[in-house]
Amino acid sequence: MAKASKVKKAAPKAVEERWQLRLYVAGNTPKSAAALTNLKKYCELHLDGRYEIEVIDLLVNPQLAAGDQILAIPTLVRKVPIPIRKIIGDLSNEEKVLVGLDIKTVKKQHA
Amino acid sequence: MARSNSDKMVRQLEKKPTGIVGFDEITGGGLPAGRPSLICGGAGAGKTLFSIEFIIRGALQYKEPGVILTFEEKATDLETNVASLGFNLKKLQKDKLVWIDHIHVDRSEIAETGEYDLDGLFIRLGYAIDSIGAKRVMLDTIENLFSGLSNEGILRAELRRLFTWLKDKGVTTIITGEKGINTLTRQGLEEYVSDCVLLLEHRVINQISTRLLRVVKYRGSVHGTNEYPFLIDEQGISVLPVTSLRLDNEVSSQRVSSGIPTLDAMLSGSGFFRGSSILISGTAGTGKTSIAAYFADASCKRKERCLYFAFEESPRQIVRNMKSIGIDLQKHEDAGLLKIQSSRPTLQGLELHLLTIHKLVKQFKPRTVILDPITNLVTIGSMSEVKSMLIRLIDFLQVEKITVLFTALVYEKDNTVQTDEGVSSLVDAWILVRDIEANGERNRGIYIMKSRGMQHSNRVREFVITDTGLELVDVYLGPKGILVGSAREAEQLNEVTGVELRTHALSFKDRVLERKKTVLEAKIASLREEFESMQDDLNKTFREEELTNAIMEKNRQQAGNKSKPGKSNYGKS
Repeated sequence: MAKASKVKKAAPKAVEERWQLRLYVAGNTPKSAAALTNLKKYCELHLDGRYEIEVIDLLVNPQLAAGDQILAIPTLVRKVPIPIRKIIGDLSNEEKVLVGLDIKTVKKQHA
Repeated sequence: MARSNSDKMVRQLEKKPTGIVGFDEITGGGLPAGRPSLICGGAGAGKTLFSIEFIIRGALQYKEPGVILTFEEKATDLETNVASLGFNLKKLQKDKLVWIDHIHVDRSEIAETGEYDLDGLFIRLGYAIDSIGAKRVMLDTIENLFSGLSNEGILRAELRRLFTWLKDKGVTTIITGEKGINTLTRQGLEEYVSDCVLLLEHRVINQISTRLLRVVKYRGSVHGTNEYPFLIDEQGISVLPVTSLRLDNEVSSQRVSSGIPTLDAMLSGSGFFRGSSILISGTAGTGKTSIAAYFADASCKRKERCLYFAFEESPRQIVRNMKSIGIDLQKHEDAGLLKIQSSRPTLQGLELHLLTIHKLVKQFKPRTVILDPITNLVTIGSMSEVKSMLIRLIDFLQVEKITVLFTALVYEKDNTVQTDEGVSSLVDAWILVRDIEANGERNRGIYIMKSRGMQHSNRVREFVITDTGLELVDVYLGPKGILVGSAREAEQLNEVTGVELRTHALSFKDRVLERKKTVLEAKIASLREEFESMQDDLNKTFREEELTNAIMEKNRQQAGNKSKPGKSNYGKS
């Protein structure tokens, strides 16, 4: 994770909105690694291919921190759908992440 | 000696000047270099302004770039706020002297799950510092993090780490914190920032607010411990060091005229000492302001600048009123020699008045300062406060060798000559103007209560204000007591008539006496004649008797000689 990399799971359905998620990390710390693993896991489970995850390493690109008002590391930012939401922490609590990203309702609608 | 000195130099804490007037004086150089300082206070105490001045003045005056990390106001808001102080933040940012980063924390946008740290903040700050090579950092108000993030344990640990990190970076940091109920800051930031803590307060007494600054703690340095009043005006913050006063100012023996020749005459002929303090006290309407204006006029005529603080009248009013007694203050104002500064005493606290006076004196550099009147200052402070303020003012002006003249109102009912402000003991010269009421009219009497270091008249003079100016007239001290005004004039007239009459009477009596003398002398002469004739008479009798006796004796001797041979002859005759 030395630089920003994009993990794409592109399988868009025409009407479905895409989820743009951005994960801010600072170097390869255990917390950051855990957050990324957790995030990937939840996305696979609940968003099934309708998402993009962008990982930004602030040690490499510190100027990007101001744009999304990043304070805490790791921070997950939901860029789309709006409104922007932020979740900080290692994302270990699945329920909180789903509530935070407002995924459950989407899932329910989908189901 | 030299060695111990250099040792001391090494050990002494390095300081970064803030550029804030007065503050560097209190702290002996500014804030501790390379360490975080905490500045706390309630809402509106001036924390943000103080910090921003530290950054901006650092950038402008000391060429030390600074980072402003704000958790409250947006950069544009800050720019507008400080524009009123004449600072152009936009330009400073363009010149890479100031970096502003606004950190926005909104709890509604953020959910927390699991472990995190504030590396994002560190990175942003680090990036900002490195981008412009910052030496100074301001965090305003970092406590906002506590409302944005819920995990206090993490926050506290991270703050501690942040301050250590800032220290390692070698930047001088200023951190603002909102005042808590029983603590200096609401979140106990003072626990982490232990090098220098400043407390700003905004105190309202009798509806008048005073801003106060106190250095609560300054590790590794001596500092003033008092509460120092400070002022926020169009030049930013100025702090007034009030205790750096000693009684060792140099004195001048030069004299300055009071502007009234007759008053000068009362003061051993040449007026007051330069750099002395003069108090003119008196009841209402006794002409205190007129004396003050004369003094101002005299100062300006000597081409010395004069600063006139009026607490009752506006500049225009004073100029107009003084024209009526023949003083043209306008001329001096136009020439830039006189500055009349009018303000209501209730405009601000005492300390701020003092601060304003300080600032104006430093700017205008006058040789004479007039405060007219000081009495009204009591409305905004207790007597002792006013006194202490005036002590400091007098001291300050004496150090600057500025002559100061106060006027003070004395209330009619207490005829004790003490002034309300209790400054009479402080001043060098004290002149009292009093109403003398008699025979249905009021007149003014003036006398010198004291005048240190010079001979002065002990006479009461009558103080007359005419269209052409002030005049001191000797009062009439007659058998009926002190007479002033028309009574004096009448008495003087009486006196003149009296003298005339008396001279007249005298010459008459002289003549009578002369005549009597002539008569008596004539008498004496006749008596002497009489005596002499009597003596002659007596002498004549004596003479006759003597002659008779002598002749008789002669005859007897002749007769005796003839009958000597025979005794019978003797028997015969």
